[in-house]
Amino acid sequence: MDIQPPFRLFVVAVALTAAACGGAYEPTSVPLSSGGSGTVEAPSPTGPVTLITHDSFWISEGTLEEFTADTGIEVVLQMAGDTGQMVSTAILTAGDPLGDVMFGVDNTFLQRALDADLFEAYESPALVGVPEPLRLDPSHRVTPIDFGDVCVNYWIDRFDDENPVPSTLADLADPAYADQLVVQNPETSSPGLAFLLATIAEYGDGWEDYWAALRRNGVVVTSGWEDAYHGEFVSGGGDRPIVVSYASSPPAEVIYADPPVDTPPTGVATNTCFRQVEFAGILAGTEHRVAAELLVDFLLSPAFQEDIPLSMFVFPALASAALPQAFVDFVQLPDDPHLLDPAEIEANRNAWTERWTEIVLR
Amino acid sequence: MGTVRELVRASARVLCVAIPAGFLAIFFLYPVGSILVRGIGVGGLERLVGLPGRGSFRGVVWFTLWQAVVSTALAVLVAWPGAHLLARRRFRGRAVLRAAATVPFVLPTVVVGGAFLALFERFGLSDGSLRLTRTVGAILAAHVFFNVAIVLRTVGTFWEGLDTRPEEQARVLGATPWQAFRWVTLPRLWPAVAAAASIVFLFCFTSFGVILILGGPTRATLETEIWRHAVFRGDLASATALAVVQLVAVLAMVVVANAMQRRRAVGQVPVRRVLPRASSRLLVGNLGLMAVVLGMPIAVLVERSLTTGRGPDAAWSVRNYAALADRVDLLPISALAALRNSLLFAVVAAGLAVLVGGLASLVVVHGRRTTSRLFDLGLMMPLGASAVTVGFGMLIALDGPPLDLRSSRWLVPVAHALIGVPFVMRTVVPTLRSIDHRLREAAAVLGASPARVRRDVDLPIAARALAVGGAFSFAVSLGEFGATSFLPRHPDRLTAPLVLFRLLGSPGEALRGQAMALSVVLMVLTAASVLVIEGWGRRGSVRGDL
Repeated sequence: MDIQPPFRLFVVAVALTAAACGGAYEPTSVPLSSGGSGTVEAPSPTGPVTLITHDSFWISEGTLEEFTADTGIEVVLQMAGDTGQMVSTAILTAGDPLGDVMFGVDNTFLQRALDADLFEAYESPALVGVPEPLRLDPSHRVTPIDFGDVCVNYWIDRFDDENPVPSTLADLADPAYADQLVVQNPETSSPGLAFLLATIAEYGDGWEDYWAALRRNGVVVTSGWEDAYHGEFVSGGGDRPIVVSYASSPPAEVIYADPPVDTPPTGVATNTCFRQVEFAGILAGTEHRVAAELLVDFLLSPAFQEDIPLSMFVFPALASAALPQAFVDFVQLPDDPHLLDPAEIEANRNAWTERWTEIVLR
Repeated sequence: MGTVRELVRASARVLCVAIPAGFLAIFFLYPVGSILVRGIGVGGLERLVGLPGRGSFRGVVWFTLWQAVVSTALAVLVAWPGAHLLARRRFRGRAVLRAAATVPFVLPTVVVGGAFLALFERFGLSDGSLRLTRTVGAILAAHVFFNVAIVLRTVGTFWEGLDTRPEEQARVLGATPWQAFRWVTLPRLWPAVAAAASIVFLFCFTSFGVILILGGPTRATLETEIWRHAVFRGDLASATALAVVQLVAVLAMVVVANAMQRRRAVGQVPVRRVLPRASSRLLVGNLGLMAVVLGMPIAVLVERSLTTGRGPDAAWSVRNYAALADRVDLLPISALAALRNSLLFAVVAAGLAVLVGGLASLVVVHGRRTTSRLFDLGLMMPLGASAVTVGFGMLIALDGPPLDLRSSRWLVPVAHALIGVPFVMRTVVPTLRSIDHRLREAAAVLGASPARVRRDVDLPIAARALAVGGAFSFAVSLGEFGATSFLPRHPDRLTAPLVLFRLLGSPGEALRGQAMALSVVLMVLTAASVLVIEGWGRRGSVRGDL
């Protein structure tokens, strides 16, 4: 697929000469053809289909190959940074997309993507197997593929009968849990934003008072999940026993334990969760619409859906998909997670996070 | 015959200018120009006009500036004794120390941040009156850690090539060691100090991970604000306004720094001298300082990489290293495969940087005045531009014929080379400028042709600097995360820093341990590569002895 380096050098050299002549700033108004020097693909309606994903995407080897075996369509993967980077990139390249299908936009970024008209509507027949609450876009510009919950996690060993584990958002503001919680900045972190949304969904207008109380109770704020979980939280050697993470973190603590353990060292406060739903959508401007539709269908197929948990540590959207044993044993799914309308999130998030910054950080 | 030769020489001269100019134009000016134009189109100018009136903006600019100034000053101060030691004293393990000092450079900030937090905790600096955690102090300490090597090596290499006779003459004429240093050595070292300081300054000015991880959530710089607006808020207009401020500030600073570096310096000689042995006191003092500044965070990483289990269950083990060869289910490739990718990219990036930077240095030193100034300025700019600006710019600019490079694997090393070129130039330009004219004249008088003078005088001296710059580019490429994370990539071509970041993106002791082992391997690989690359440079310089 790629041209050999020496020839590539030649291409660059030619381009250098062209640029030296001052042609560099001409706007490129060439239509959506792939006539560049990089890739050459057949203009077939079912030609290779490119799937743009965030960096956390992965699926077992052989899974996408099943799709190719069934349809004759090859899937090319392109990773485009975290969800924020991927969505921003897609908005910048709207109309001349980097690929045909995008996977991984979640409900906190969804409205921004929809406002930018990133997607072409497609109602997959496989959607019937997906529970109603996950179908957040009635016009089917995006299709729900998986979900996960951002929840408060705690280090079990630090609690006992006299110091019970925290179970509600209100507990976190209780002086009994003073100086124990670490959260992420919603201005710089995706779980941080989700947790702020959980508190807004729970307390409505009272969320500002709640965060003032958390501040009085000694909450620590980090910029990202990594520095919270691996830095301040007990798991990574810190000394705070309560952290904002995911409902699927406990099974990861078991599967990736060293030395092996039988049960997770962490637990989840299931009343504190915000549900994140991840979607796939066909990018507007695709030249492989038919192949793209087939790929979206495949993303909802049992083969793909049942591989999701152990590859990405989120839950399949397909209700009938079987869960791996580690998930059955170690995941406590919230009965009634918090959710907010994507349009409401997009309309308010900047005001909310700015207000949050004033309350918690200033 | 004569005309053919002239034609060859003329086209060589044109290529010297065209290759760096084209490289900069296609991969930096055009992309950055494109993204700025796009941002201005959605209201960036209006935001720009509104910025100075906002107190929070003024606070961000002030903080960005002063933390960079103080970080740079500290890095120069801390590196100074080491630079002297490397340049003027002989001791066992000199080359190893020089290579080891480059190591911090490739370490991902998220890993170093963790190491610093652990250190603060161990020494009781995580709370109480001496708290360093989530303070400016932590930012400054990390900036010194990352950047000492730049000063140490840029200044050290230049100092080593400096003729010692003027100092000796000054001493004979009765100057004290301090006077000789202050009035004879320092003025001649100045170009190299300015060169190193300008790079360190730009690095700290555009620092990202260190600010977010070690400074805590209340500190913001222009770089973190650009990222937050562009990526997290999707507010391209505000991000563009901030990017314009950043670029103008960087432009102004590079102009000043370049003017300082143009102060003439003389006395580089290609001859290897016999250096005095370092006294043991001097060695202990210097190495002690290095051990504290560079060694302790690294020691924490090594310790963590060799540990499995937590608390009382912790045990020494090499399991984390053994695991690097195996792919974990969460990731497309194994850490080892990612290291292979990174090495390949680093070779290409360093090669490109040496080619472009070397030619550009020639133009800066020997070219016409305007061209020289423009090159000196323009090729420094990528170092001071936000990864967001460059990354997004490449995505929207390099998207159509003749160059659709958006999904090309070669875009990554190109982006890395953009950052490597300034390193090559900052080491080569001061060296080329200071080649003693008498040496050239002597060679010419003895009958050497201009080409021969270039080969036998300029090249051996420049080779050493070229190798130092190339080694830096190599290290920069191995550790680069920012711009790389914006470029779309095939899962098979993830680099080691990207894989490392993914390993740290999930709970699990084994994944964290693997991430630590991967950072240590990255460090060792860097030190080894630097040793090899600089070895080539030194072999080149030996020819000058004849």
